Amino acid sequence: MRLKVLSLFAAVLLVSACGTDQSNSVATTGDGAQAGAEAPAPGTKEDFVVNVGDRVFFAYDSFDLSPEARATLDRQAQWLKQYPSIAVTIEGHADERGTREYNLALGERRANSVKNYLVAAGVSADRITTISYGKERPAVLGSNEAAYAQNRRGVTTIN
Amino acid sequence: MSPVLHRYSPFTFVAALLLAVAVALPARAQVQIDITQGVVEPLPIAVTDFFGETPDEVQTGAEIASVIAANLQRSGLFRPIDKNSFIQSAAALQNGPNFPEWRIINAQALVTGSVQRQPDGRYRVEFRLWDVIAETQMVGLAYFTAPENWRRVSHIVSDAIYKRITGEEGYFDTRIVYISETGPANARVKRLAIMDQDGANHRFLTDGQFLVLTPRFSPTAQEITYLAYYNDRPRVYLFNIDTGRQEVLGDFPGMTFAPRFSPDGNRVIMSLATGGNTEIYTMDLRTRETRRLTNSPGIDTAPSFSPDGQRITFESDRGGTQQIYVMNADGSGVQRISFGQGRYASPVWSPRGDLIAFTKLLGGRFYIGVMRPDGTGERILADAFHVEGPTWAPNGRVLMYFSETPSGPNGETKQSRLYSVDLSGRNVWQVPTPLDGSDPAWSPLIP
Repeated sequence: MRLKVLSLFAAVLLVSACGTDQSNSVATTGDGAQAGAEAPAPGTKEDFVVNVGDRVFFAYDSFDLSPEARATLDRQAQWLKQYPSIAVTIEGHADERGTREYNLALGERRANSVKNYLVAAGVSADRITTISYGKERPAVLGSNEAAYAQNRRGVTTIN
Repeated sequence: MSPVLHRYSPFTFVAALLLAVAVALPARAQVQIDITQGVVEPLPIAVTDFFGETPDEVQTGAEIASVIAANLQRSGLFRPIDKNSFIQSAAALQNGPNFPEWRIINAQALVTGSVQRQPDGRYRVEFRLWDVIAETQMVGLAYFTAPENWRRVSHIVSDAIYKRITGEEGYFDTRIVYISETGPANARVKRLAIMDQDGANHRFLTDGQFLVLTPRFSPTAQEITYLAYYNDRPRVYLFNIDTGRQEVLGDFPGMTFAPRFSPDGNRVIMSLATGGNTEIYTMDLRTRETRRLTNSPGIDTAPSFSPDGQRITFESDRGGTQQIYVMNADGSGVQRISFGQGRYASPVWSPRGDLIAFTKLLGGRFYIGVMRPDGTGERILADAFHVEGPTWAPNGRVLMYFSETPSGPNGETKQSRLYSVDLSGRNVWQVPTPLDGSDPAWSPLIP
């Protein structure tokens, strides 16, 4: 499931970046980093994005973690425990179908949901900061449900 | 920042703006507009070019007339008559109107004036408003001002005309602060920008290095409060328009946002989000003392004071979905006031106190509307794919908001533009901005 999501991102980003070039010879991750034929080095940002999964998705106006989101966060927690010197920032995002102020608050709720789960899973709270971007930084362009579903997200970024 | 005392500011000319003549005849004015009525037939008005003798004066006189006519037309209350139908010339008008010639073209009101350069380089701008039916002068005023301030004089004259005929304060001598936007949605560059209410004198206040949102004017000072992601820490800031200096407001343990000034300008009310909970706080700008006003596990945000400072309207999802509430200024007496279908957001109390404007979400569309502070009398004024963020003109008769188009299926960038609408909902105008715009905030009348 996780691979499916990543490959979807790869396609979307290539289309938006190159217009007509649908080539999949270079996979682009959601983080914008490039992954070639070689596997990313363990403990790197690329390793985290490709092999762990840096983001979880939320239902409309919800900050509940789905079973799938929990699975992703379990992997994140495990990885973070493996690399204890790494600190992260959790970004909370909303889709564009809400008002400015509410979406800022909703993004904060989502980031906090992710943080709470990671802390409960054993990651020290002082390694985690949160930030809400509301609807200001969509991952995917487009005014349709498929885009909204990918924009309602919590993204764990390596500091 | 202290040695900037004499730095140029666009407002310093106010001191040099001298009221020379003020004649308001209390004669039975037949020309009047009652804007408390729902729908108003626009008043036909002839705005003549202000008379000048030198080419410079002639040009400025024509430009002043055109700014005044555009202001009056946008209000929806006046219908400026085509200049080409005028019979009496600007020069001949200096000896007084020939009223029958203005009645022939169905003018009910007539604006005349003159521009004269003074020995010291300033302009003397004189204007008179005439009741064509009663054949009387309704207002006569003269101003001395630096030539570059001719636009501001045009707005002041527009306000005088509006006030004399409607009995209400005008709103033309005002400015708009808003967020200028450019670039694709996932890498949007947002800058704080300011302009006159008609889009002129546009100027950027920040450079786009960091994200800025929701600016609001101080009711008493040349200051703006807004949300800035400076150093990736979203916080409420105070921004001085004249000096460009900004300072963070308070030392809160999380994101502060949705700021607005109290009506006396002494406090800022805002939201603090921390630990997944958003509450409303006020901060005294002098003592820096903060006070928490709400206490619910929901999202409490978008607070706005009533003009008397006694009450606050805000949105909360404490009841399950976003709805509008009012409470006393100390946080007591919370009451929900929105009960229609859909979600209700971003309430803003009218400067007149009689209405609360809001954004509504229903069935995949967004609406701008107003309701009374007790929640009755809901009226929708605008709707589209996405309209949001109403702000009131200082006279409480006109709103500005922004409207976004959907972005295309192939990632085509959405468009976001500013619009004004009056309380009839029929008089909608796009406000010109050089780039896309959002989050408009209307200033008080410039002092």
